Amino acid sequence: MEKPILLDCRGIWKLYGAGAQDAYKRHGGALSSEQIRSEGLVGAVRDATVQIRQGEIFVIMGLSGSGKSTLVRCLSRLIEPTAGEILFEGRDLLSMTDKEMIDIRRRKMGMVFQHFALLPHLTVLQNAAFPLEVQGVPRAKREARAREVIELVGLKGREAYYPRQLSGGQQQRVGIARSLAVEPDLWFLDEPFSALDPLIRREMQDEFLRLQGMLHKTIVFITHDFDEAIRLADHIAVMKDGRVVQVATPEELVLNPATEYVGEFTRHVPRSKVLTLRSVMTPGAPEGEMAGDLPQTQRIEAVADQIEASALPFRVVNAEGDVVGSIGRQAVIDVLIGRKPAP
Amino acid sequence: MTGLRDHLPGRNGWFWLALFAATWLLSRYSWDIYKAYDARWIIKYPSAYILPVEARISAFMRWLVEDAGFGLFSFRDVTRFISTLIEIPYDFMRDLLIDGFSSGLGNAAVQIAPPLSWIAIIVTLVAMGHYARDWKLAALIGACFLYLAVFGQWNSAMVTLASVLIAVPIGSVGGLLLGIMAYRSPLFERLLRPLLDLMQTVPVFAYLVPILFLFGFGPVAALVATIIYAMPPMVRVTIVALHGVPNETRDVGVMVGCTRRQMMWKVIVPSAAPTLMVGVNQVIMLSLNMVIIASMIGAGGLGFDVLSALRRLDIGGGIEAGLAIVVMAIALDRLSQAFASRNAQAYAPGRDRNLFQRHPWLATVLLVMICTYLLSHVSPVLQAYPDAATVSTGAFWSDFMGYINVHFFDVFETIKGALLSYLLLPVKRFFVGIPWPWGIMVMTLIGWRAGGLGLAALTGTLTALIAMVGLWDKAMITVYLCGVSVLIASAIGIPMGIMAAQNDTANRVVGSFIDTLQTLPSFVYLIPVVMLFRVGDFSAMIAVVLYAMAPAVRYAAHGIRSVDPQLVEAGLVSGCTPRQVLWRIKLPMAIPELLLGLNQTIMLALSMLVITALVGTRDLGQEVYIALTKANSGQGIVAGLAVAFIAIVADRILSATASRMRRKMGLEQ
Ligand SMILES: Nc1ncnc2c1ncn2[C@@H]1O[C@H](COP(=O)(O)OP(=O)(O)OP(=O)(O)O)[C@@H](O)[C@H]1O
Ligand SMILES: [Mg+2]
Repeated sequence: MEKPILLDCRGIWKLYGAGAQDAYKRHGGALSSEQIRSEGLVGAVRDATVQIRQGEIFVIMGLSGSGKSTLVRCLSRLIEPTAGEILFEGRDLLSMTDKEMIDIRRRKMGMVFQHFALLPHLTVLQNAAFPLEVQGVPRAKREARAREVIELVGLKGREAYYPRQLSGGQQQRVGIARSLAVEPDLWFLDEPFSALDPLIRREMQDEFLRLQGMLHKTIVFITHDFDEAIRLADHIAVMKDGRVVQVATPEELVLNPATEYVGEFTRHVPRSKVLTLRSVMTPGAPEGEMAGDLPQTQRIEAVADQIEASALPFRVVNAEGDVVGSIGRQAVIDVLIGRKPAP
Repeated sequence: MTGLRDHLPGRNGWFWLALFAATWLLSRYSWDIYKAYDARWIIKYPSAYILPVEARISAFMRWLVEDAGFGLFSFRDVTRFISTLIEIPYDFMRDLLIDGFSSGLGNAAVQIAPPLSWIAIIVTLVAMGHYARDWKLAALIGACFLYLAVFGQWNSAMVTLASVLIAVPIGSVGGLLLGIMAYRSPLFERLLRPLLDLMQTVPVFAYLVPILFLFGFGPVAALVATIIYAMPPMVRVTIVALHGVPNETRDVGVMVGCTRRQMMWKVIVPSAAPTLMVGVNQVIMLSLNMVIIASMIGAGGLGFDVLSALRRLDIGGGIEAGLAIVVMAIALDRLSQAFASRNAQAYAPGRDRNLFQRHPWLATVLLVMICTYLLSHVSPVLQAYPDAATVSTGAFWSDFMGYINVHFFDVFETIKGALLSYLLLPVKRFFVGIPWPWGIMVMTLIGWRAGGLGLAALTGTLTALIAMVGLWDKAMITVYLCGVSVLIASAIGIPMGIMAAQNDTANRVVGSFIDTLQTLPSFVYLIPVVMLFRVGDFSAMIAVVLYAMAPAVRYAAHGIRSVDPQLVEAGLVSGCTPRQVLWRIKLPMAIPELLLGLNQTIMLALSMLVITALVGTRDLGQEVYIALTKANSGQGIVAGLAVAFIAIVADRILSATASRMRRKMGLEQ
């Protein structure tokens, strides 16, 4: 049972350079790399199609310069795409007037930026309340809401600080608080943790998952870090040179990379972090004595200890509680040490 | 095997050498040629062909003031309107600081309230110093203003302060608004840029005359001139600052749904505030720089004191008032810089705090104001600093200068004589002797070699125009004075800059020396120089050198410092001595920067030259100055434009050369 699509975008192009629009029309909308180069343009996003469903974490990943930021800026219409179609809640985003866009952004979208982009002249409290201030919400009300979100991100007690008095991690917490202040339906995060050092990044990812567990937002999350992507994602879109190469769940990406490039990305990922019981189990109803039940969507990493410690295999069940297969110690060890299971 | 060939100039070198030789010969023998062929036009532009621009402009200005109208209102209404707009706040400021508030006019005036007491003003400034940074700054500012009171400069200083307090907000806000418009509309920016460039090169004196003509002698005209002078840097800084706001910050504004106006005033301008404050600081410094010049058209205050002392050749009085301006400049400079870099402290939020606890300084200042007001009825000392307690240093300075003059007269005279007869006079003879048609040709040629045909057309036309309005001779004297001063300023400044770049201690010493030089208003240089060397070209030159040296030092230091360290290492690895590293690697690589420094030095020298007209030079500056005393706007504008043309020609040629060299070195595409 799939959730409804919240943001649907088809055939997005973004070409930088003079006369991009003309060049696009002249070539009938399908430019090759050579054509783009000979026109003196930069093909930042080329024919990208993605669908983002209600309540999921959709990760866009790719190397630096692959067009991730540009795509997300097109989705939020921070920049105008050269061509393409974007439907948000079924409405055409690109044909909206400035006024409608302002309205949508004020009520339905939030964004977190790579370099935090806090306003230096405002305190933590004022920064978090800024989106509401812009909407003309009375001071007492917006500050009350700002205090709520500040507490949510764990910065209670620092309301009166200025951004420069905070560490990078704390600053990004403020950025997150600010983007949550208006209770957006659609939440964009452009490499929110890339400017932080690894330990803090890990901590912020946990924090982020905790928040999502409470809020259930629809999230578009950009990263160039595959580990981060598989930790967070429901779906991952891999980009290369402006094109979306593959959209899939982390597991599918590891099991069936669409191209060499995606394969290269996924090769060194510990498979236990990605694979779920469903793809490792022995299908069919098991016989004999069992240690217990495990859901089929569980990742191996999460249940490895439990299975390895038990002499008996486990039943694997689907969402409805029906038994769909079984898994034992050997299969888990195979995955953990990276051995291909015997055919 | 370095043969003679290595030391011969290349093809380019031969060209310049030949050009110089020809010019020198023509200059040396122009008089003889004129005699031999009876061709007076060679040395003097025929007066029958002088373009009547001057008269036209004068007539136009007269028409503007007397007859011009735009239907509903006349041009005169516009200037009256601007006058009132400036006059009201200015009068208020003056009442507040010196005159006191009164009702009624003339003899019937009754004072309602006295001006702020000197104590209250000092406490206010100290409070601002502490608020902006710390006790050290507060003490410095307190000391500066106490100095003004103790040394009897208080009243003049307050007049000057009043005009600064009016000019700075108008100049800053006006500059900010123009900058915002330029930021929003690229078209407007394209229109504004050349105007800003011109404003920077036209000497202040040039627009002093038309302003005098439009607004009449008095503080309003002085304020208008000050604002026009101080605003362009603010416009530039604003444009740079707004463009410097990170894209992400702008995106934040869009994503939270800002309207256009909210975007500008809630996101972009506040984010750019620190840089904008640098612009405000510039406006303050330039306003103070104008203090003396503005007093020529009625500003009063410290500037007027300096000017009249200079005219009376009153050594002590001039130095006293000049020092007062310096002291005020230092205080206001430091204060505004502190505001620019102020870090707001996080405060512990407390609910039940009263006004006094939340705003201790505001409360203190108000309290002091009220107390001094009430108590001044009891003791007038609290109202105005007692005259009896002032100390005058005038006599001391006069004696000091007298002492120096008596004991070192011979030394100074020898130096002066030597420089005059071996440097200044030969150069002067060279420039003045150049026949004007040849001069135009040479400038066209130089423009062509430096930047191609377009530049050649520009330099040729501008040079020709100078000749055609009949100002060739004076322009050549300007070029000679400027040239010699720039030469000496570079000869002193560039080695200083190099030293500063190589050595940290030298850097600190040179840095603070240059900072001080730049804080001083340009006129201040004139006072001691005139005292020591009396009026004339030589004094003018010394004052210009002092004033124009700073950029030579700064750019040299910056140029040497920004040489790619890898190049230096490559030199060291291949066994260069430190000397060779400097001469073979750093200096050649720094040449473009040195050229830019030279460019700035020339600009400053030209603007200072106009001021030195006061000490009796015979150049374009004097022409402007005469126009000012006669309120002849045509003459003033034409002479001012001639100076601007010289500046533009020098600027374009040097910039073109610098960027060509940068391209050659691969530093620029
Ligand atoms: N304003 C612009 N003008 C021209 N080219 C641009 C512009 N912005 C981006 N590009 C180009 O578009 C391409 C994609 O840039 P984008 O910023 O989307 O990459 P990214 O995947 O977000 O990279 P990173 O991980 O470094 O943020 C790059 O080649 C970049 O040079
Ligand atoms: Mg990016």
